[in-house]
Amino acid sequence: MQSLDALAREAVSLADGPRRIIPILSAAETEVGRQMQICNACRYCEGFCAVFPAMTRRLEFGKADIHYLANLCHNCGACLHACQYAPPHEFAVNVPRAMAEVRGQTYVDYAWPPALGVLYQRNGLTLSLALAAALALFLVLAAAMKGSLWGAAPGDNFYSVFPHNLLVGMFAPVFLFAVLALGMGVRRFWRDITPATSGAPLNRPAAAEAADAVLRLKYLDGGHGDGCHNEDDAYTLARRRFHHLTFYGFMLCFAATSVATLYHYVFGWAAPYALPSLPKLLGVVGGISLMVGTAGLWRLNRRRHPSHGDLAQKPMDLGFIALLFLTSASGLALWLGRGTPALALLLCLHLGAVMALFATMPYGKFGHGIFRSAALLRHAVEKRLPNPIGLGAD
Amino acid sequence: MNDEQFDVLIAGGGNAALCAALMAREAGVSVLLLEAAPKAWRGGNSQHTRNLRCMHDAPQDVLVEAYPEEEYWQDLLKVTGGLTDEHLARLVIRASSSCRDWMRSHGVHFQPPLSGALHVARTNAFFMGGGKALVNAYYRSAERLGVQIRYGTPVVSVELDGNRFVAVHTEAGERIAARSCVLAAGGFESNREWLREAWGQNERGEWPADNFLIRGTRFNQGVLLKQMIDAGADAIGEPSQGHMVAIDARAPLYDGGICTRIDCVSLGVVVNREARRFYDEGEDFWPKRYAIWGRLVAQQPGQVAYSVIDKKAIGRFMPPVFPGTVADTLPELARQLGLDETTFLQTIADYNAACRAGRFDHTALDDCHTEGLAPAKTHWARPIDTAPFHAYPLRPGITFTYLGLKVDATAAVRFGDQPSPNLFVAGEMMAGNVLGKGYTAGVGMSIGTAFGRIAGTRAAAVALQQKESHHAIA
Repeated sequence: MQSLDALAREAVSLADGPRRIIPILSAAETEVGRQMQICNACRYCEGFCAVFPAMTRRLEFGKADIHYLANLCHNCGACLHACQYAPPHEFAVNVPRAMAEVRGQTYVDYAWPPALGVLYQRNGLTLSLALAAALALFLVLAAAMKGSLWGAAPGDNFYSVFPHNLLVGMFAPVFLFAVLALGMGVRRFWRDITPATSGAPLNRPAAAEAADAVLRLKYLDGGHGDGCHNEDDAYTLARRRFHHLTFYGFMLCFAATSVATLYHYVFGWAAPYALPSLPKLLGVVGGISLMVGTAGLWRLNRRRHPSHGDLAQKPMDLGFIALLFLTSASGLALWLGRGTPALALLLCLHLGAVMALFATMPYGKFGHGIFRSAALLRHAVEKRLPNPIGLGAD
Repeated sequence: MNDEQFDVLIAGGGNAALCAALMAREAGVSVLLLEAAPKAWRGGNSQHTRNLRCMHDAPQDVLVEAYPEEEYWQDLLKVTGGLTDEHLARLVIRASSSCRDWMRSHGVHFQPPLSGALHVARTNAFFMGGGKALVNAYYRSAERLGVQIRYGTPVVSVELDGNRFVAVHTEAGERIAARSCVLAAGGFESNREWLREAWGQNERGEWPADNFLIRGTRFNQGVLLKQMIDAGADAIGEPSQGHMVAIDARAPLYDGGICTRIDCVSLGVVVNREARRFYDEGEDFWPKRYAIWGRLVAQQPGQVAYSVIDKKAIGRFMPPVFPGTVADTLPELARQLGLDETTFLQTIADYNAACRAGRFDHTALDDCHTEGLAPAKTHWARPIDTAPFHAYPLRPGITFTYLGLKVDATAAVRFGDQPSPNLFVAGEMMAGNVLGKGYTAGVGMSIGTAFGRIAGTRAAAVALQQKESHHAIA
């Protein structure tokens, strides 16, 4: 299907006329289209999330519509448990699963550079942890060769293990590449879904609404505020809360690094920073929040109802959760282990985890937040325009 | 009497049964609920519902404006053509104004009307996620409160001592006694044999019910209804009466639910197998007329009809679940549908010639109508002349039957006009007391909720009384 898809795209770009060639749908996309036809005739789930109101603006579901809807879906499970057409019904409607399968495919399709999209299929838990371990081992060996691996660090200065410029030289390119790759991917996604979502430009209220939906994770609240589903048909706010701890923990850690960078380059204040300092406070609070959040998400993921989402993507989910946990745990250990002979070893472990996180970022679960935010932004734009479908009864 | 005996036994597992179980449990008695369906299919027809028709004198959370008791009653009177019991109907209407806080306390969420249903924004409160979400919430609440639930346990008979309930017998042969019992096991709409018998043979020699589709559960076989009537319980209603709509002929035999509806009837014409029109498609807004079209189609040869529209109607009605038959010309459409081409073209030509153009407005009762045509089309009549042409096949879809057990305001089952002291009935098994014929959206759930709660409360009170007198004797 992939090569057919590429051919179709080529055909579209070659076609030099007003009649657009409709891209051929993959099996997963066809399944979303089939289910949306059923949902659009039912509409009981309209109150849960953004997917169903967006669906009611359409009578037919093309490739771009399906990609857009798939990334709007938060896999909250509400529509599955409420569905009168869910298996064992012969209509076999399972929107969260159908959407997840397409979502996984869009990550591959929109990966940049395209050749690296295959990495999405090999980004499991084992690989993530092996990568972190290998990188840490590499650093351990490097430090050992310098003779500074155990007990040699004076005080708690890890720049004596790895000089600052060496760290910047290692991490900046990987980080910048991750940002570039994700940016390029989401840009192409945006260009594909914009015409399918009215084509209207962004505006401030839409941006504010989308930001609110992202930052509060509005669509994990079930539409009524009691939350979404995890192991059964009961509502829970746990997924939303652990996501928040993870997301804001990550952002605080990122802020800690950013502030430290400013300190270093602008004020010339070199690390390490003492506890009452801003980078340390942000880092410690963020690190703990990230640890708790990822531990919670791990537990929820392991107990998740088997009908939710795409089981084939579980290794990717767990790999990402594990790397985030390892990053925060090793970071905190590094702080607690300052002044001990284990400092250099802990530093290697932490740097290995961070490096693995950055390296897998553009081809792993991290992208879901970016693509979903883009879809939510298009939804916020689209919903402000009159519904193109005028139903008689309304 | 041993400790294991349940106070209240509920036969059924849909909305009325759950309301009864929850009320009884809240009253402090032990409750056993026997659901015929396995867990995946639990909830009877309630899993396909979406709203509750509610009386209210002022705006109330998701409900706008007011829907006073009198207006509700008049609506009910109109759709039933007077085949209703005013006392019981008003009881249901009043209960609908105050039951929603209780429903919320058991986890039901309400939302404003769905798109395509703004016409009931004033009268109906929608369940967020629909009836299955409501059923799930009630089951969770029941489990939490300690109601014992057994799935896949159909009750096949009720053991009586005179008019007193003694025990039930399950399909597996188990006898379960209880102090009191609520029957809430649905109508007989899933029982095709019974439907065949009820509808009989028509003048064409057809058995119309053989061509009916059942919109809901396959588990409403009417076993207990039949057994109770055979045991001498007072019945009410005609077996051929029920809530019946015209649905897509390609719908599954059971559980097609809401999505198999065809909402374009009023935007075009409907022809039967002989390619002739048979009723005014534009009599009123579709939501006010959908409940009569099942019966209309049932009266046509072969119990089939075709809703025909042209390009102008596309996008103006709820999208159907199955794609229509599409053709660029009317003769081609007739051929694809297997209709007599000459008659079909004549029917459309006659209709097109009779259309008097006005200001088409599908959101109002507009002035587009036919003149000199029988049957007339009184609104939204526009010539069918713009390709492509679309057609959807229609069959009668039965939602639930109205033959039931006669009750008074206590929900007690009656024998020779005397109430049973400890046997009650709720839901579809007694909805015919209020709905002799016809239907209006959301009223089935209003009846089920009101009488389910009454039956549960009464059953619990009887059980408590029995326990007290038992203790007193002991």
